[in-house]
Amino acid sequence: MINASLKQLSQALAAKQISSVELTQLFLDRINRLNPALNAFVTVDAEKSLNSARAADARIAAGTAGLLTGIPIAQKDIFCAEGWRTTCGSKMLANFVSPYDATVIRKMEGEAGLVSLGKTNMDEFAMGSSNETSYFGPVRNPWDNGRVPGGSSGGSAAAVAARLAPAATGTDTGGSIRQPAALCNLTGLKPTYGVVSRYGMIAFASSLDQAGPMAASAEDCALLLNSMAGYDERDSTSLERPAEDYARDLDKPLAGLRIGLPKEFFGEGCDAEVMAAVRAAIAEYEKLGATTVEISLPNSHLSVPAYYVIAPAEASSNLSRFDGVRYGFRAEDYGNLDDMYMKSRAQGFGAEVKRRIMIGAYVLSHGYYDAYYLQAQRIRRLIANDFVEAFKVCDVIMGPTSPSTAFTLGEKAADPVQMYLSDIYTIAVNLAGLPGMSVPCGFAGGLPVGLQLIGNYFAEAQLLNVAHRYQQACDWHLRRPAGIE
Amino acid sequence: MIPYNAFHFKTLCTAKKSFKTMSLTLEQVQRIAHLARIEVSESEALATQGHLNGIFQLIEQMQAVDTSGVEPMAHAQDLSQRLRDDVVSETDRRAAYQAVAPEVEAGLYLVPKVIE
Repeated sequence: MINASLKQLSQALAAKQISSVELTQLFLDRINRLNPALNAFVTVDAEKSLNSARAADARIAAGTAGLLTGIPIAQKDIFCAEGWRTTCGSKMLANFVSPYDATVIRKMEGEAGLVSLGKTNMDEFAMGSSNETSYFGPVRNPWDNGRVPGGSSGGSAAAVAARLAPAATGTDTGGSIRQPAALCNLTGLKPTYGVVSRYGMIAFASSLDQAGPMAASAEDCALLLNSMAGYDERDSTSLERPAEDYARDLDKPLAGLRIGLPKEFFGEGCDAEVMAAVRAAIAEYEKLGATTVEISLPNSHLSVPAYYVIAPAEASSNLSRFDGVRYGFRAEDYGNLDDMYMKSRAQGFGAEVKRRIMIGAYVLSHGYYDAYYLQAQRIRRLIANDFVEAFKVCDVIMGPTSPSTAFTLGEKAADPVQMYLSDIYTIAVNLAGLPGMSVPCGFAGGLPVGLQLIGNYFAEAQLLNVAHRYQQACDWHLRRPAGIE
Repeated sequence: MIPYNAFHFKTLCTAKKSFKTMSLTLEQVQRIAHLARIEVSESEALATQGHLNGIFQLIEQMQAVDTSGVEPMAHAQDLSQRLRDDVVSETDRRAAYQAVAPEVEAGLYLVPKVIE
C-alpha cells in the first residue's frame, strides 16, 4: 500500500478495502518510525490528521467523495493551514499557528478531501537548494543519509521518496520543486506562473513563486494539480482561465513530438554521468516517436545573475512584514521601536535570509536601482524572449534538471555562490513564468538523476503527457531507496 | 512594516559608480544592514561582506550585456491589475489574528513608545 499510486489508493478507498483512517495511520506510523533519521517533517499532529481522515471516510460512506478524498498528503510548511503551526523553516515563525488556510490548503483538504499528514521541512523562507538553511535542521536524502535532498522543498521530497507520504506539495521560485525532485527520484511540476493561487503561501519572490505537486509519477502529479489549480480572487496574479483536467492527455502518443535541446544545457558544467542519463532518456523519447532539434537559449547564462537581483529585491520587500509586531518572533530585550525591529529580525532570521534581504535592499536603492534592478528586469525579458523563439521550432524543451546528483551535507553550505549555481538549469523557467517538470531518468553513482521538461505557457497537460508516456516505457520512477520496500 | 528610505543610500552610494570593480566596504555593509533593520555585530558584518561581495561578483556579469531598448519585465504575465467592487467581503476575524501577535492589549498591538 505504501508504494501505491494515487489512483490505486483512490480505488482501494472507494472499494472499502481500506479506510482513510487506516491509510492515514499507516503513514503516520511510518513517519513515527523513519522521520527521526530523515527530519522531513517539522510538524505532525496525528489527532488532527485522523480527524480529517474520519471526515473523509464519512464522505466516502455518504457517496460524496471525490477522486482524492481520504488520500494522505504532506504539505510543505510554507502553506498557512488553520490550526497548524506554520513555520516556513524559520525561527521567525517557529511558534506561529496560522489563523487561516492558504487557498491551496482549502482546495486540497477542504474541497478535494485530501488528508494532511503534517508540515514538511524546507529551507528558511524557501531560500536554499539543499534544505540546510532550515531553522529545524537539515533534511537527509533517503537515497544516502549523508547527502542533501535538495531544496527548498527538501522535506517534501524526502518524505515522498521514503514513502512517509504518497505525495506532497512544493513551491518553486528558482527550482525548489524540480531540483529536490531530481535529487530524490521524484516527479515534480512547477506550473505556469498564475495557475495555482499564492494566497496564504508565505511569499519569497512574488513574481516568481509558484506551487505545484511532488509525487512518484506524472499521473499522480496530474491528479494533484487538478486539486490545486484554479482562479482565486484572493491572489491578484491568479489567472482567470477555464478549469482544466490536467490528466486529459496523459495517454496521447508522442509521435511527431518535437523536442528542443538547448545547446547551452548540453555543454560544460554538467556532471558527465548525469548528462549520459539525460541523453539516454532523450534516445528513449526518439524510440517513442519524438524528433529532436538543437535550439539556443543564448541568454540563459544570465539567469542566475538576474535572478539573484530580482528574487532578493522582492524578498527584501516581502520580508519587511516580519517586524515583531503583528505575528512571529519578537526579541526578549530591546530599547526603542527601531531596536525592537533590528533585534527581532537579527535573531529571527538565519544567515542566508539576511544576506538576501540585504542584497535586495541594496539593489533597490537610489543610485543602484537602474544598474541592478532594471538591468535584471531587462535581462529577464531577453531570457523570456529566448523561449518564445525556441518554441517556434519545438513543442517541449529537455535537458538536465540539476548539474549534479545530490551533494553531501555541508559541501556547499559555506559558499552561497556555489549553492546558487546548483539551480543553473531551472531558474530561467521561473523568470519566464513557464511550466517545468523534473522526471526521474536514471542513476549516476547510485544517486537519482532528473530530466527537466520545459513547456510553453499553459502546457501543463502536454508536459504531463510527455512525462507519463516515458514512465510507461521506463521504470526509473518506480525505483525506491534501499530499505523502502 | 519596516520603512525603507532610499534617500539614505544617496550618501552611501555616491562614491561607488563603477560597477566592474564593485565591492562593498564594511561600513556600507553595516549601513545596508541598518536600512534593512537587521542588527549585525562587527564579526557578522565582516562575514557578510565577504559573502555579499562574492554574490555581487556573480551579479556583475549582467553589466556586460547591452540591454538598450529592452523593456524591463517585472512580471511573467502582462496583465493589468484587476479591480473589484468596493464592498465588504471579509468577516471580522480580529481576535483570531491578534491571538498570534507578540503583545496586544484592548485590541491594539503594543510596541515601544514612539512619541515622546
